[in-house]
Amino acid sequence: MPYPVEQNEKFAAYAHPERLVSTEWLAAALDAGALDGGKLVLVESDEDVLLYETGHIPGAVKIDWHTDLNDEVTRDYVDGAAFAALAAAKGISRDSTVVIYGDKSNWWAAYALWVFTLFGHEDVRLLDGGRDKWMAEGRPLTTDKPAGTPGDYPVVERNDAPIRAFKDDVLAHLGKPLIDVRSAEEYTGQRTHMPAYPEEGALRGGHIPTAASIPWARAAAEDGTYRNRGELEALYLDEAGLTPGDDVVAYCRIGERSSHTWFALKYLLGFDSVRNYDGSWTEWGNAVRVPIVKGADRGTVPVGK
Amino acid sequence: MTTSALPAALAEIVDDFQALEEAERLQLLLEFSRELPDPPARLQDHPELMEQVVECQSPLFLTIETESGDSGSAERVRLFFKAPPEAPTTRGFAGVLHEGLDGLSPAEILAVPDDMPEQLGLTRAITPLRMRGMTAMLGRIKRKVAELPQQG
Repeated sequence: MPYPVEQNEKFAAYAHPERLVSTEWLAAALDAGALDGGKLVLVESDEDVLLYETGHIPGAVKIDWHTDLNDEVTRDYVDGAAFAALAAAKGISRDSTVVIYGDKSNWWAAYALWVFTLFGHEDVRLLDGGRDKWMAEGRPLTTDKPAGTPGDYPVVERNDAPIRAFKDDVLAHLGKPLIDVRSAEEYTGQRTHMPAYPEEGALRGGHIPTAASIPWARAAAEDGTYRNRGELEALYLDEAGLTPGDDVVAYCRIGERSSHTWFALKYLLGFDSVRNYDGSWTEWGNAVRVPIVKGADRGTVPVGK
Repeated sequence: MTTSALPAALAEIVDDFQALEEAERLQLLLEFSRELPDPPARLQDHPELMEQVVECQSPLFLTIETESGDSGSAERVRLFFKAPPEAPTTRGFAGVLHEGLDGLSPAEILAVPDDMPEQLGLTRAITPLRMRGMTAMLGRIKRKVAELPQQG
C-alpha cells in the first residue's frame, strides 16, 4: 500500500500531485514514524558525493548518481540485478514509497527518480525544494546513518523505451519538439560544457536542430521548489511552444539537468510521452554527421533527414 | 605505486589513504574537508585576489603567497583555499593539498607529479570526473608557483 498522498493547493494544480511532497508533509510523516518498517524510504541524492555525510535528514539513506546508478564499465545504468541489490541494501522494497531529495534544486534527485522509473518503481516522489529548503527552514539534520532493515526487491529488467531516448530515437524524432535545458552559452555553441564546470570533451558546440532553449533551473523557484502550474505553462507552452499531447524529448549534457525538466513535463504538466535523452550533448556533440545548429536560432530539420 | 617522489607530508597522506578500504577513504577525505583552514580576512574580504579553478564542480578559489624561511634565504610557498561548506569533496581535495604542500619550497611543489591525486585511490569511489577537479587544483598551484619571480 503506498503512503498517503499529500493534499495541498499548489500540488493539486499539477497533473500528478502524487509525485511531490512538501517539507511540512515530510516532517510530519517522519514524526509519525513513517520510516519504521520500510513503508516509506527517504533517499538523499546529491551532486557532491560527500554532502550526505556532512549531515542529512534523519533516517535518510544515500544513493550516489554516479557510483550507485551508473554502470562502471558501459555508459549505461545498472542492470536489474544491481538495482535490486542496491534498493534492498537501502531498505527499499518494491512496494515502498520512496521520497528522494537532494542539493541544487533536486537536480540530482530528479535524475535518481528518473532511474527508479526506468525500473518501474511505482511510488517514487520528490521532496519539493530538496535539501536546501529543508535546511533553510531550520529542520533537523544528523550525521547518524540509519541502521535500517534490508528491503526485499525483485530483479526487474529496465524498461527504457517509454522515458529514455537514444541517439537514433532522437534522429527519428526530429521534427517533433525538443527541449534543450543547458545554459544559453552551451545552446548557442559558444561553449561545450556548463559555465564553471569541467570540460567533458564535446568536439562540436551548438544544439539539436529545432530544440527550444529552456534552461532547466527556470522551472525552479528561488527556494528550489518547482514553479506553480501557471508558471510552468508559461515556460513550456507559451515560450517553448509545446502543445498538450506533444511527444517531447529533453536533453542536456549527460541527462541529469534534463531529468529535472523531464519531471516537470511528465508529472507536473502531464505530457504522457516525454523522454530524456541521457546521451545528450556529450554524445551528440561528438557523434559523426548528426545535424547541429549553432547560434540562438532554433534552426530547421535538415532536408531529407 | 610509489610515493617516494612526493614531499614527506604529502607522501604520508597518500600512505594514509592507501592503507584504508575504499569507503573509509571517503571518510578520511571528509575529515580533510573539515580541517581546511579559512583564508585570512584580508583574502576573505577581497575575493578578487583569489582565482577560481573552474574545473572543480563547486566554486573553489585559491591563491599562493611566498614568505622567507627562518634564515631569510629559502622561500616558502603558502597556500590559501576558499570553498563553501556544501562542497565537501572539493574542500577535501583542497585540504589534502593544503596539508601536503603548504610551507614547501617552490622547487618541492613543482616536483610533485601531476597525477598525484590518482595515488589517493579515490578514483573509483569518487569517479574520474570528480577527480579532475583535484588534478586541476594541483595544476593551478604548480602554474602559479612556476610564475613566481625567480629567486636571486
